[in-house]
Amino acid sequence: MERFLEVFFAPQVFARYAPDVLYAMMTTLWLGLVIILAGIGLGLVLACLRTAQCWWLTLPIVIFADVMRALPPLVLILIFYFGLPGLGLTLSGPLVLFIVLTAVLAAFAEEIFWAGLTALTRGQWEAGRATGLSFFQTLIHVALPQAVRMGIPSLVNRALAITKMTALGSVIGVKEILAVSSSAQAMSGSATPLTMAALAYLAIFLPAVVLARWLERRFSWRV
Amino acid sequence: MSNIADMFFNLDIMRQALPLLMQGLVMTLKLCAVVIGLGLIGGLFLALAATSPRRWLRWPTMALIDLMRALPPLVLLIFIYSGMPFAGVQMPAFTAVAVAFLLNNSAYYAEVYRAGLQSLPSGQWEAARATGLSMPQTLVHVIIPQAVRNVLPDLLSNTIEVVKLTSLASVVSLAELLYQANMARSVTYNSSPLVLAAAIYLVLLWPCVRLVSRFQRKLSI
Amino acid sequence: MTPMLEIAGLEKNFGDVQVLRSIDLKVARGELVFVIGPSGSGKSTMLRCCNRLEEPTSGSIFIDGRNIMNALSADLNRLRLQTGMVFQGFHLYPHMTVLKNVMLAQTKALKRPKAEAETRAMDMLGRVGLAHKAKAMPTELSGGQQQRVAIARALALDPKVMLFDEPTSALDPELVGSVLKVMKDLNAEGMTMVVVSHEMGFAREAADRVVFMDGGVVVEQGTPDQVFGNPQQDRTRAFLSRVTGAE
Repeated sequence: MERFLEVFFAPQVFARYAPDVLYAMMTTLWLGLVIILAGIGLGLVLACLRTAQCWWLTLPIVIFADVMRALPPLVLILIFYFGLPGLGLTLSGPLVLFIVLTAVLAAFAEEIFWAGLTALTRGQWEAGRATGLSFFQTLIHVALPQAVRMGIPSLVNRALAITKMTALGSVIGVKEILAVSSSAQAMSGSATPLTMAALAYLAIFLPAVVLARWLERRFSWRV
Repeated sequence: MSNIADMFFNLDIMRQALPLLMQGLVMTLKLCAVVIGLGLIGGLFLALAATSPRRWLRWPTMALIDLMRALPPLVLLIFIYSGMPFAGVQMPAFTAVAVAFLLNNSAYYAEVYRAGLQSLPSGQWEAARATGLSMPQTLVHVIIPQAVRNVLPDLLSNTIEVVKLTSLASVVSLAELLYQANMARSVTYNSSPLVLAAAIYLVLLWPCVRLVSRFQRKLSI
Repeated sequence: MTPMLEIAGLEKNFGDVQVLRSIDLKVARGELVFVIGPSGSGKSTMLRCCNRLEEPTSGSIFIDGRNIMNALSADLNRLRLQTGMVFQGFHLYPHMTVLKNVMLAQTKALKRPKAEAETRAMDMLGRVGLAHKAKAMPTELSGGQQQRVAIARALALDPKVMLFDEPTSALDPELVGSVLKVMKDLNAEGMTMVVVSHEMGFAREAADRVVFMDGGVVVEQGTPDQVFGNPQQDRTRAFLSRVTGAE
C-alpha cells in the first residue's frame, strides 16, 4: 500500500507540478467551452438551413454530418496538423483541435436538432402558420425551442464526450492537461503526474456528468 | 490544385501504403472484436447492477460508470500503459488498450442498456413473475429482449464510437490502422496514407451512421 | 353586401386524385355555416384551403372581398390573420404557458406591444372561461380546456372568419359541451364561422346553414331543418341515415 501511494501519490511530485497542471486545466476548460459554443451554434444553424428543404443545402449538410460522425477525430487532427503545412498552410495545435472538434460536435448537434424538428407534429407548424407567423417566425418561436428541449439530454452527453477529446491535443503539442502531465511524468520518473491528470479531468467532468444526469431526468418529458 | 492532389490524393503512395494499412486494419478489427464483444456483455451486467434494487450494488456501480464517463479514454489508456508499470504491472500494448477501452466502453454500453431497462413498464416484471417465471428467467426471456430492442439504435451508435475510439491506440504505438497510416505518412512525407485511412474508416462506418440516422427518424414518427 | 367568405371554383388535386371539384360557397357576415359529410369528402381540405394551409390547385378565395389567391407569400402571413383556425388536435405550443400561447402571434405577426397583447390575451381567456389558467402549461389542461385556449389564441388576432376543423372530435364526450358553448356564444356575438364537424345536434341548434359534401363536391345545402328534415338528394339521405343510425 505504501509503495502504491509512493508511486501514484508522491507528495513532493504533486506539489512540484500542481501549478503546471492547474494552468493546463485552464487551457482544457477554455478550449472545451469554445468548442461547445461554436459546435452547438453551428449545428443549430445547419439544422435550421435543412428545414428550407432545398437539395443543394440539404445534400452538403447531410454529407458533412455523416462524414464527421463516421471519421475518428484523431484522423482529421493528424491530416490537418501534418498535412496542411505541405500546402503552405500551418495551423497551430490548439486551432486544429478547435476546428476538428467543433466540426464533429456540429455534426452531432445538427443531427440531434434535426431529429427534434422532424419529431414535431405537422400541427405545430400549421398552428404557427395559421396564426399569421412567417416560416422563419414559426421556426424560431415554435419549432426550435421544442426541438432543443427534446435534444438536450443527448446534446449534453455528446458535448461531454467531445470536450473530453481535447485530450487528443496532447498528440499535436497542445499544452492541455494530458500533455503537461505526460511530460511531467517523463521528467519526474514518477507516475504521480498521471494521477494528477486523472484527478484534474475528474474535477472538470465529474460535475458535468452529474449535471447531465440531472438534465436527463428534468427533460425526460414528452409532448 | 495539383499540389493538393499530390499531397493528399497521391495514388502511387496510397498503393504502396495499402498493404501496411491492411495489416493495420486487421489489428483494428481484432481490437474492435475484443472491445465490442466484451463491452456488450460487461455493459449489460453493469446495467443490471446499476438498476438493481440493492443499494450496495447500485451505488458503487453508478459511481464506476460516472467515473468512466468523466475520464477521457486517452487519459485512462496512458494511465494504464505508462502509469501501471511504475507499480510493477507491465502489459503488452494490446492488453493495455483493450483493458482501457473495455473499462470506458462497458460504462457507455451500460448507460444505453440502463435507459432501455428503465423504459420498460414495471407491469412487464409483474406479468412475468406472476406467471411463475423466476427472476433470471424474467430477465432473459422478457426484460432484456425488450430493453435491447428499444435501444438498438443507441447500441449501434455506441459501437460506431468504439471503432472510432480504437484509433487512439496509435498513441501507444499499437500497430492499428491509424498508426500504420501515420507511419507511412512520416516515411513518405505525404499525407495520402492518412487520407486513405480516413477512406477506409468511412467505408467501414458510413453505412452504420446512415443506419443510425434512419433508425432515429423511424422512432420519431 | 359582399359575403365575408367566398369560395369560387375551388379545385384541389393530390397527385392524380381530385379531392375538390369546383366548389362554390358564400358565407355571409355573422353566418354560421356547418359542413358535414363522410370522411374523405374533402370538407377539411376545403377549410384548409381558406387560409392556404393547403394550396388550391385552382379557384379563388375571397375574404371580405379580397382574393387571397393573389397574395404573395409575405402578404399571406398578414392575410392569414383574418382567418382564425381551430384544429382537431388543438396544437397548443407545449413549451409555453397558456398566456404566452395566446400572445405569441399577437406580438410577432400583428406586432402588438407586449402589454396590449397581454391585456387582449387575458380578455380572450376570460371569454372562454379560462383566465385562471393563464399561467398553466398546456399539458396541465384537459382536452376541452386546451381547445378553448386554442380558440382564444385564434380570437386574439381579431379574425374576420373563424374556421373550425373538427374541433370536438378528439375530445372525451363530457368535455365537448364546454367547447360547443364557447362556439355558440361566439356566433351569437356576430362572428362569421365555418365549422366542419360531426356534432349534428349542435348543427341543428346553432347553424344558419348546413352544407353536405361528398366526393369533393357540395351535394346539397340549406337550413338545418331542410337538410336534416327533408333532404333532397339520395346521397344526403344515405349519409344522414347512416350517421343517425349509428348514434
